[in-house]
Amino acid sequence: MSGAAKIPVIVTDIVPLNGLVTRFAFKRADGGLLPTFSGGAHTVVEMRDGDITRMNPYSLMSDPMDQTAYTISVRRDDQGRGGSLFMHQKVKVGDAMTISYPVNLFSLDLRAKKHLFLAGGIGITPFLAQIKQLERLNGRWELHYASRNKSLGSYVDMLTDRHPNETHIYYDDEGQAIDLKHLLDGQPLGTHVYVCGPKGMIDWVRKTAQDEGWPREAIHYEEFLAPKPGKPFEVKLAVSNKIIQVGEQESLLEAMERSGVDAPYLCRGGACGQCETDVIDYTGNFIHRDHWLEQADHASGRKIMPCVSRFEGKTLVLDR
Amino acid sequence: MSRFDFPPAIKSRPVWGRLETRTGSAHLFIADADGAEAIIGIATPEIMEKAHIIYIPRGAGFAADLQALKPKQFYEGPSYAAASSRIAKTLSDAKMGLQVYLTGTEGLMGQALHAAMEAGIPHTAIQTEHRGSVARRMQCVHCKGITEDVEVDPFQCAHCGLNLFVRDHYSRRIAAYQGVCIDAEDPGNVPAPKGIYE
Repeated sequence: MSGAAKIPVIVTDIVPLNGLVTRFAFKRADGGLLPTFSGGAHTVVEMRDGDITRMNPYSLMSDPMDQTAYTISVRRDDQGRGGSLFMHQKVKVGDAMTISYPVNLFSLDLRAKKHLFLAGGIGITPFLAQIKQLERLNGRWELHYASRNKSLGSYVDMLTDRHPNETHIYYDDEGQAIDLKHLLDGQPLGTHVYVCGPKGMIDWVRKTAQDEGWPREAIHYEEFLAPKPGKPFEVKLAVSNKIIQVGEQESLLEAMERSGVDAPYLCRGGACGQCETDVIDYTGNFIHRDHWLEQADHASGRKIMPCVSRFEGKTLVLDR
Repeated sequence: MSRFDFPPAIKSRPVWGRLETRTGSAHLFIADADGAEAIIGIATPEIMEKAHIIYIPRGAGFAADLQALKPKQFYEGPSYAAASSRIAKTLSDAKMGLQVYLTGTEGLMGQALHAAMEAGIPHTAIQTEHRGSVARRMQCVHCKGITEDVEVDPFQCAHCGLNLFVRDHYSRRIAAYQGVCIDAEDPGNVPAPKGIYE
């Protein structure tokens, strides 16, 4: 079976935080302890919704050393493919679900002398676990957290209450914005910057830091892409000797899984590289959406990341 | 030109680069001897306005040429050891955006690379360019003593006196290559020393 090992869990707590975000707590179904993890890790939550199985990654936000329960916060996306709506509307306390072992693609670099966290909206969640980890290690950190408005500022009160000196909050509707250039200028040597939030914010932080002469290795970011819907297309899987149809609302990876093909994956969000697949033949155009492949790979027509990327055209033959 | 093409070696051996100017809030150059030529090769007035050059001439006559570049700060010292407290202070006061350029002998670059890494700069973000002598800074794996400027292989440890074989096995932490006793099995059977790259 592909992906990280699975853990059967029970939903033990559901707490709506505001109009968009709800927190879920999971405990092991067998009553045992969950594995510890490192701040920034995510788990892939399996959602069985009738005939459809969705698997979405969510950052773990609980204390990485707390093995009794994991918590995640899910932002409702009314335009999405339905994963977050399923979590918000169908999941109840006491439900049995399956999650994956934690996987970390956004870990702290513990060689850093200081950690500078930049969060946008629901992008706050990995930092909540990282802050707990750093507090235990007596690490030096600072958080700059931008939210659309006061009512959508998940965990703002908890952060400003526990860490008043480290936490800086910005509300878009009050005209507050992170003064990024000024913030980066003058950070002590050995500072690493971490950003999690909307794509525009990630691009802005990466570019500004690079322009200010920050080393690439000191700039960390995480953006999970949800697979976007698109036109249906047909794929021939050469190794499995199958021809499959990818529906409008499902990803190529999900279509392979639905057809009984055990394709590799880990993050399901275009970031980790596990699902990289060789293209044997094609006539048409790729719609590459991942962060993994280099631009040259995208242009070559020889590789695709089936978790988020799609295809439009006559034929596509994959080495799977 | 004071450049040397090092022959292919094991992965442990450091690979030095070529300096290029990068945008940054400040620029720290640490060089010895012929390394000055690499600085002169890339210096621009804009870079020098924000530059601090720490130079150990070791008999080379480039100090006046470097000063003529009009760096914001210039220091000339007799040895790396003499300059090391200045290097440590400069790095501890530095801010993100600092660009570090190391050039000259492997011993100088290795030690300055270690200091910059300790200060929190990822080693891949530190620029280097080898110039001048190809002598090595060697650590005796037996007594742990450091012998500087080793030009021949084998050589005698300056601390314990063992005859040491010059390996390509390098320690980034110690900033030295490893020297291993060459005649342990048959004491006194030591090949005639020759140049490391001969």
